[in-house]
Amino acid sequence: MTLLFFLAAGWIFLAGVYGMVTSRNIIRTVGCLAVAQSSTYVLLLAVGFRRGGTSPYFTDTSTRTPVVDPVVQALALTDVVVGATVTALLLALALQLRKRHGTVDPDALTGLRG
Amino acid sequence: MSTADLLPLAIAIPLIGAAFSALVGSRLPRVATDLLVTVWAAAGVADLVVLWLRTGDGRAVSWLGGWRLRHGESVGIVLVNDRIGIGLALLTAVLVLAVIAYSWRYFDEPPAEHAGTFPALILLFDAGMCGFALTGDLFNAFVFFELMGAVAYALTGFRIEDPRPLQGALTFGVINSLAAYGSLLGIGLLYARTGELGFAQISQKLTGHRADALLLTAFVLVLTGPLVKGAVAPFHFWLPDAHAVAPTPVCMLLSGVMVELGVYGAARIYWIVFSGPHGIPQHVFHDTFVAAGVLTALVGAVMCWKQRNLKRMLAFSTVSHVGMFLVGLALLTPEATAGTALYVAGHAGAKAALFGVTGALLDRFGSVDEHSLYGRGRELPVGGVLFVLGGLALAGLPPFGTALGKAVAEHAAQSHSPWLLAVFVLASAATGAAVLRAALRVFAGAGRRPLDRHEVPETTGGGEEPEIRGPSRRVPLPMLAVPALLLAGSLAVGLLPAVSTQLAQAARLFTDRVGYVAAVYGHSHAAGMPPAADWTAEGIALGLTSVALAVAFACAALWAAPRGGGAHRVVAPLRRLHSGHMGDYVGWLIVGVAVLLVAVRAQL
Amino acid sequence: MSRRLRLALFWAAAVVFAVAFTAACTGLPDFGTLSHPYGSRAIAAAFHQRTANTISSVNFDQRAFDTLGEESILFAAVLGGLVLLRRARDERLAGVRRGRVLPSTRMFGSLLLPITLVTGVYIVAHGQLSPGGGFQGGVILATGLHLAYIAADYGVLKAIRPLAVLDAADAVGAGAFAVLGLVGLAVGAAYLQNVLPLGTFGQLSSGGLVPVINAAVGVEVGSGVVVLLAGFLDQAVEIVSPTGKDNGAGR
Repeated sequence: MTLLFFLAAGWIFLAGVYGMVTSRNIIRTVGCLAVAQSSTYVLLLAVGFRRGGTSPYFTDTSTRTPVVDPVVQALALTDVVVGATVTALLLALALQLRKRHGTVDPDALTGLRG
Repeated sequence: MSTADLLPLAIAIPLIGAAFSALVGSRLPRVATDLLVTVWAAAGVADLVVLWLRTGDGRAVSWLGGWRLRHGESVGIVLVNDRIGIGLALLTAVLVLAVIAYSWRYFDEPPAEHAGTFPALILLFDAGMCGFALTGDLFNAFVFFELMGAVAYALTGFRIEDPRPLQGALTFGVINSLAAYGSLLGIGLLYARTGELGFAQISQKLTGHRADALLLTAFVLVLTGPLVKGAVAPFHFWLPDAHAVAPTPVCMLLSGVMVELGVYGAARIYWIVFSGPHGIPQHVFHDTFVAAGVLTALVGAVMCWKQRNLKRMLAFSTVSHVGMFLVGLALLTPEATAGTALYVAGHAGAKAALFGVTGALLDRFGSVDEHSLYGRGRELPVGGVLFVLGGLALAGLPPFGTALGKAVAEHAAQSHSPWLLAVFVLASAATGAAVLRAALRVFAGAGRRPLDRHEVPETTGGGEEPEIRGPSRRVPLPMLAVPALLLAGSLAVGLLPAVSTQLAQAARLFTDRVGYVAAVYGHSHAAGMPPAADWTAEGIALGLTSVALAVAFACAALWAAPRGGGAHRVVAPLRRLHSGHMGDYVGWLIVGVAVLLVAVRAQL
Repeated sequence: MSRRLRLALFWAAAVVFAVAFTAACTGLPDFGTLSHPYGSRAIAAAFHQRTANTISSVNFDQRAFDTLGEESILFAAVLGGLVLLRRARDERLAGVRRGRVLPSTRMFGSLLLPITLVTGVYIVAHGQLSPGGGFQGGVILATGLHLAYIAADYGVLKAIRPLAVLDAADAVGAGAFAVLGLVGLAVGAAYLQNVLPLGTFGQLSSGGLVPVINAAVGVEVGSGVVVLLAGFLDQAVEIVSPTGKDNGAGR
């Protein structure tokens, strides 16, 4: 049963990839990329969970309180920033492509072949 | 300042330079900014040169933030490297310096109020690549992987007036980021098992577990990112689309060193993290990735031969060469590794020079199309000479560094599987031949005027906008001087015996997992004998063979009667696979992952 | 490749991936395991550095180099955004139309704007103590400013958004992080080493270098996100393509 939390990560990744494979709109492709990325948050946080643990800061709790693994949280935070910035760049590209090409349908983009 | 401190400085110097350049770029005159950035890039080179000299035949180790090991454990990030990684960082820094000099007259107008943006992005690119080359920590490698990625996407889409760069940059970004997230899933799995993130630390902890499904899946997932960056078939589709459309100076960096870093990362991660006891056995990595490398080399060579867009041709030649680099590294011997390191260094000079001359053509004629440029390059004789020399270097003409590296790698491959020799010779001959054919057509007007046929989809390369607009229509001096210097560099790699002996020493360290782990943990470890990496009569003969083949191919294409037939039926479907369709490429990515999973599982 | 073939390939690969990933998950430690070697070490190290928020200690002290790379990615994205979202040679600027705003929206927006900005500063400043930090606070600051767009119109947002200053602040923030790392080298310690006085656990001044880097990141993120959003908003509101085609973003 507890395997489910880990498996959810794989499921989300595949769901994102499915969306990217079938997408007819590049904005949607970029969105699905973000979906695929969120699988990494799920996996990292699931890996760092500790039974009975609370958030790993000690401002108003005893330093002996059990807490979840802070390292994966830090990694997930870094990952979030990376994902957000890359998404912003890709959307900027998509916006300009829409203006220059009049479409964001991957089937209609035929400038680079062979 | 200690040797260890030079490691983080190699990354910090370009980062600070980027911030500085973005800050003052719009406030200073153009010349002052250029000068400043050049000095800054030179400082990065100087740092790495000192690091190279001081590291000697050992490893440099730096625990960032002072978080050294206590009781064999640390909470910090370690930068650790031998002269292979340091050499790659140095190659990056040198190419960045060359690119900055090359583009002194480039990009006169983009965002006028943000004049320092382009050099700032180049310096960030420098920092990302150096960080990836030098780090000894898996998550840190992911961060720098994404840094070089993010900068590269932005730089590829630089020319927003044309839809093709935008499409190429999007494909590049989507495929590479997806692969990076796959790698991160793998890193998560490894972290769950070992509770570590450093290469050496993970490796130590993994020896206590048996090789099971988790190890296998983590292995394939972690390698996905580097393999996609390294454009290994079937992960290579993004590369020609991005390289054909990026601004020329950016292409020099993408093809010259970024793609090679992908293959380097894959080999480094395998050697340190996975090759230990209870890891992925060497024969599995060897068989799987020699096969992948051969496939990549052949696909790249065939596609390179069929291109008429010069930048796309050079991009596919990079695919082909990177396939050979992968074969070299996957042979898993110090000798083959030394050969590959030399080959990468020689190739970087030659390929960057070829892109540089192509940039001059684009500037002069507004086209990179082999057919429409027919004979027009006669006005640029110097460019023609450089282009021919570049083609010969790609084919492996002694004494270029490419020839030496190829010869050493071939010698190592020969003792193992003699048929690999044929792959090396054919692939380098075909890519060299394509460049020679184009050079003779464009710069000498040789052969018949090519006819346009539209049986298969293709990317022509006409209708490009020149990247520089200035009142003078002469090609600026740096655009030919820098390629000449780069070719000289490629020659130096082959001619200076110090380079090859030092890289051979480093290759011995690169293939020594126990020594790497010992260096991180502060133990001493005696290394074995370095392999021989020098010119041999046999190597020179093989190099001359592929050059002769290249010349023969090129002449046949120019003067022999055209034949239809069998080859076309094989090649046309291959060309159709390169559809430029993002969904297809994502599909190939996941298929590639699945194939690797099955292939590795079957051999365990 | 046809759509059907592509889907077939995907499903074949997806099955293999699913099987491998599931098999891999069975090899993981149990969900909620009590053994987190790196995590336990990181908590001990955070106490040693008198940083109450252990995540900030990991991000800005123990693994600060990761964060340096991450902030460089953000910096690259802002610079990339400036380049990609520039006005093309053939495009022109249209005047900004005045917006019509409901009185209630205007009131709530004007009320929330200062509150949001203060919250943002608080989150940045308390990064070493409580959840949050430079990145989270910076994003709140940057988006809070855009309440002006909702409560009034684009003209008002432009008036309170000194882009040239923010542009410079972004570069200064990004550069400051890398330069702060040199402090360690200057006093003979390692790059990015936390060599400042550590203060008292749980106090605002605790954590040594952590709150300083936090502030630099806060400045970088806050100004960088405004600049990045400005690029997108200018595209949507001000820049007109020569072809007169709708530029794809809503007005």
